[in-house]
Amino acid sequence: MDKMIQVENVTFEYTNNEKQVIALNKISFEVKKGEFVAIIGHNGSGKSTMAKHLNALLLPSEGDVRVQGMNTKEEEYLWDIRQVAGMVFQNPDNQIVATIVEEDVAFGPENLGVKPSEIIERVNNSLSQVDMEEYRHKAPHLLSGGQKQRIAIAGVIAMKPHCIILDEPTAMLDPSGRREVMKTIKKLNEEEGITIINITHFMEEAVEADRVIVMEEGNIVLEGTPREVFSQVEKLKELGLDVPQVTELTHQLKSAGIDLPDDILTVDEMVMNICRLK
Amino acid sequence: MLKDITIGQYYPTGSYIHQLDPRAKILATFAYIVGLFIVDNFFTYGLLALFVLACIHISKIPIKYMLKGLKPLRVIIIITFIINIFMTSGETLFSIGPLNVTIEGLYQGTFMALRLMFLVVGTSMLTLTTSPIILTDGIENLLKPFKKIGVPAHELAMMMTIALRFIPTLLEETDKIMKAQMARGADFESGNIINRAKSLVPLLVPLFISAFRRADELAMAMEARCYRGDTNRTRMKQMIMTGRDYKALSIMTLLMAMLVYIRVSF
Repeated sequence: MDKMIQVENVTFEYTNNEKQVIALNKISFEVKKGEFVAIIGHNGSGKSTMAKHLNALLLPSEGDVRVQGMNTKEEEYLWDIRQVAGMVFQNPDNQIVATIVEEDVAFGPENLGVKPSEIIERVNNSLSQVDMEEYRHKAPHLLSGGQKQRIAIAGVIAMKPHCIILDEPTAMLDPSGRREVMKTIKKLNEEEGITIINITHFMEEAVEADRVIVMEEGNIVLEGTPREVFSQVEKLKELGLDVPQVTELTHQLKSAGIDLPDDILTVDEMVMNICRLK
Repeated sequence: MLKDITIGQYYPTGSYIHQLDPRAKILATFAYIVGLFIVDNFFTYGLLALFVLACIHISKIPIKYMLKGLKPLRVIIIITFIINIFMTSGETLFSIGPLNVTIEGLYQGTFMALRLMFLVVGTSMLTLTTSPIILTDGIENLLKPFKKIGVPAHELAMMMTIALRFIPTLLEETDKIMKAQMARGADFESGNIINRAKSLVPLLVPLFISAFRRADELAMAMEARCYRGDTNRTRMKQMIMTGRDYKALSIMTLLMAMLVYIRVSF
């Protein structure tokens, strides 16, 4: 089984002030094991709702979500699904439960009924993976936003998930905190082989993914590698989304008549291509 | 400004008493409270006083700091004293108007005032030497046997933990909201009590709304991390009673036995 997550024809409706709202409209996609997927879209596009479907916090009105083959609708799989697919939320303050860092990291494994000696081992490993060992006895409210978010990630890793879903993990952080968190996520993906689904509205983060899914009003409107997606500058702008700075520059240079390829994503590539120009 | 408030009155010195198992300390405190009610003469009070002084000495907490805990209670202690002086019948010492001061009353008043003081000093020994979080764990552990008759031990402890976790966060937020309101001309400091209370409304409303939102998000985050109450849950830190805990409990038992013996035979 190399499929981590399968989403088939998922529709999610809810009523708000007696109005029927369709948050997700017959969405289908798959995520392979070990993949790094970014989901982008502006506020209200349904991306957070999608995220909450991936570990059974929300259940689809129609269609099925399967995590490693387990259907989220079947209650017997609930806790297995949540162990396999961990989730990190936007606000670092509102997801830390305990008053001491190491106890918060231990919260997940404690809930799973892991043996105390193994919990200690898992806590040690998780804290070292996010580079926060020296803070293990600190109180969480004394840490910076980026550090708190890394603790939240450590709390998820300690549950030994195969997949981590991050719901705008960097939205409330300053640029350095954002870099810390992205570095940690990339490391987990590359070194530990953990599947990552990063929901974000920072295009620079989406560029780092293997695949980008663009959502708009409960639909998937674009899907592909970052190169494929970000080369469609006009379409993204139509959707009200930013494009990465380098892509924007390419687009403007091209429309000024300079001959460049469509799919430039990084500063280095840009330099290479410009140097090749005659 | 609000951040400086410390949670609880924990006074860490790392002493022998600080390192005791919280369960041992809670049990000993209970025994001590019961002991206070067994005492019926000044001699045994002297004995208890020696015991309390010894505890304070071992805990390395300054006596002055201990006595500070009595300050907020001085009114209650004085009222208890006065009521007992006047309300106890017996041999009249002198009278003020219709009220008679009796020898028995004086005795009884002093006795009750002392009992209250011992109660406060003794129980604050527990909170001063145990961090709130460890105390919570201890209470949860001790209440476990009562789960069968419906005492929600784990839930109570979880609520305590979350409250302790969010106090600094909410204080920080209050500070922020206050500054934001002050920047727009709000005045929290002048005017009479009613005006000041009124000016707190624009502070409390956003604070409450944000607290509800936080609760909502926290609940979701806890569920995502497989929290399902007490079922099938283990703890990373195991509480283990060691030799010194048993020693402390033995000393307490011995003291209790002495108090009972004195009460019964004299």
